[in-house]
Amino acid sequence: MNYTASRIAVLVFLMFVGFVLGISFYFARKAKSAEGYFAAGGTIHWFVNGIAFAGDYLSAASFLGICGLIATMGYDGFLYSIGYLAGWIVALFVVAEPMKRLGKYTFTDALDSKFNSKSIQLMAAISTLAVSLFYLIPQMVGAGVLVTPLLGWPHWAGVIMVGAIVITIVATAGMTSTTYVQFLKGGLLIIFSTVLVVAVLNKGLSTEAGENTFVPRTIEAASVSPTATIEHGGKTFVKIVQDGTANWWIDQQDGTLLEAQSKTITAKGELLYNGAPKEANKLKSVGYITKLPDGQTKTGRLGLFKYFSTIQGSEVVRYPKSKFAKFDDGGDHVCVFVPVITAGEDLMIPGQKFKLKSGIGKLNFISLMLALFLGTASLPHILIRYYTVPSARDARKSTIVAISGIGFFYILTLFMGLGAMTLGVIDVESGNMSAPLLAKSFSLVLFSVISAIAFATVLGTVSGLIVATSGAIAHDLMDNYMGIKMTDKQKVFAGKIAAFGVGIIAIILGIAFNGMNVAFLVGWAFAVAASANLPSIIMLLFWKKTTAKGIAWSIGVGMVSALAIILTSPNMYAQFGINATPIHQLNQPGIISIPLSFAILVIVSLMSQKKADAVKA
Amino acid sequence: MLHEPANNNDVVDNAINYKATLGLKLFAAYGVFYLGFILINVLKPSFMKTEVLFGVNLAIIYGFTLIIVAIAMGLIYNAICTKKENEMNKQEAA
Repeated sequence: MNYTASRIAVLVFLMFVGFVLGISFYFARKAKSAEGYFAAGGTIHWFVNGIAFAGDYLSAASFLGICGLIATMGYDGFLYSIGYLAGWIVALFVVAEPMKRLGKYTFTDALDSKFNSKSIQLMAAISTLAVSLFYLIPQMVGAGVLVTPLLGWPHWAGVIMVGAIVITIVATAGMTSTTYVQFLKGGLLIIFSTVLVVAVLNKGLSTEAGENTFVPRTIEAASVSPTATIEHGGKTFVKIVQDGTANWWIDQQDGTLLEAQSKTITAKGELLYNGAPKEANKLKSVGYITKLPDGQTKTGRLGLFKYFSTIQGSEVVRYPKSKFAKFDDGGDHVCVFVPVITAGEDLMIPGQKFKLKSGIGKLNFISLMLALFLGTASLPHILIRYYTVPSARDARKSTIVAISGIGFFYILTLFMGLGAMTLGVIDVESGNMSAPLLAKSFSLVLFSVISAIAFATVLGTVSGLIVATSGAIAHDLMDNYMGIKMTDKQKVFAGKIAAFGVGIIAIILGIAFNGMNVAFLVGWAFAVAASANLPSIIMLLFWKKTTAKGIAWSIGVGMVSALAIILTSPNMYAQFGINATPIHQLNQPGIISIPLSFAILVIVSLMSQKKADAVKA
Repeated sequence: MLHEPANNNDVVDNAINYKATLGLKLFAAYGVFYLGFILINVLKPSFMKTEVLFGVNLAIIYGFTLIIVAIAMGLIYNAICTKKENEMNKQEAA
């Protein structure tokens, strides 16, 4: 879609960014020491830390990705909400207090606390880098997604801007400023998402599409003369010229043609939407209800339960990416956005994204749910937040505050996603924009505020991730593993240089992965984290025969196997347009890589038993 | 470099084992509940269409319950742990 910036949106956005940078510079004074920079001096109040946890966790993946996935795939997107929240159970009941007791700045400290092993220091630091980079990708993609409708900039420009601001934040103040940015942002995100959900429920549901929503026309096939006919994926696509503009229609095999929206890259490299240049604004938003229960056309205001039961009895037009038809028409590359009419009762259960009737679909589903459940407690940027509070009791309390805030927000995601789906606000090219565009359909001010908060979300999360990676480089790798003797000040300086380098890499990856759903991308980060880190954490805490070698091997094998499966997955092939048949059909690695990592830890630990090496009881 | 804890961790906590055991029990209970959700979806997805409360299907009610139960269990766990910490660490101090 073509977006133009509005003055109020730009103003609100600049105010937020200015405020975030102001906080950053203010707290820079507290980040002179290594403990201040990497762990906020361990002095953050548990409630502030809990909301900051929520801020860290409710990243672009949650607000943009989950809402987008629900808007395009229905209940399957909500599975991420359930899994992300369930993961906190592992963090609270199993990991929170021991991690706080064992660690200092990074989770590598905790893993290595009983061994002082070079191999653990190296592998855990590499794993922190790998997981954080995977988590950074969707945040940066999300940044570009937000900036496009907000400022009218292209995606890459948004990614570069976020990278530059975040590098400035992290290079100035570290964990303290990140914590307070996350605290404010986490709180505001929950408050304004609630406002948005109230607006959705007040509006109710209707079969009348909005004025900017695409409602396809139907014409008699015999009444027009096609200039081209293409057979693709079992459907017939017909090109018709009307008013001097050529566009594609779908043959419904009953003597009628259904109008479609399309994107064409001509042989000359020109980009056309519905046959016209982008600036003509021909591409409209999509998604609307075709049928409500009992022949209604409008429901009016709805209650919480009534909202769901009404959608269950309705019929919705969606545009899932998997149904887009891509073909060549002469020298032109064409993508026709094919609508799919889905019964509400099918949308409100899993099955649109995860094909639960097929073996591989079931495997992908189980694998994802496993990774989400076990991934939270192994995310480095989440784990380091346990070192920002004074005690283990505070770590526990802040985790509970986090669960409450995050859980409440995740309930809201289902309303926001379904709202976007049924109110016709989805950008057919990117479901990631659904939540901000839903806000825009109500009010420009709400859109501006929500987009600015979401942008702050990205800033905060990326800052936290970069602090985690800079800690892994400066503290775990340079100081502990390589034994480079640094003063406190030098360590902070090394961390800032590392933050700069990681920020540049994040910018490049954010541009490369444009277009992929950000919740899906974060699912991969969870899988890598759960495979590389969780087996070590769990076994260190609960199995006395765990050895340093066992931990190092487990991290290495878990990380490499998860990455290998992801990099060779069908989704990765599709993202980069590789036409070859993927070597396997698994998109989610957790079901293989997590048990493998546990098994390797047990086997290597048993093979390397020495009295001095095993965990002391 | 030493890997000593950050702050206040030299404070003796006699409730560590109690909290760890309680945490594992609650984790196991939630794990079973979560597993039930996965199994229904894998083995009989159509069962999720069953209307269970106010005309809303099992998928939504089960999903919301998983979220609400997590919050409730967290609050209960904290209340019990705080009480035990106060009891057990007070005994030690006495």
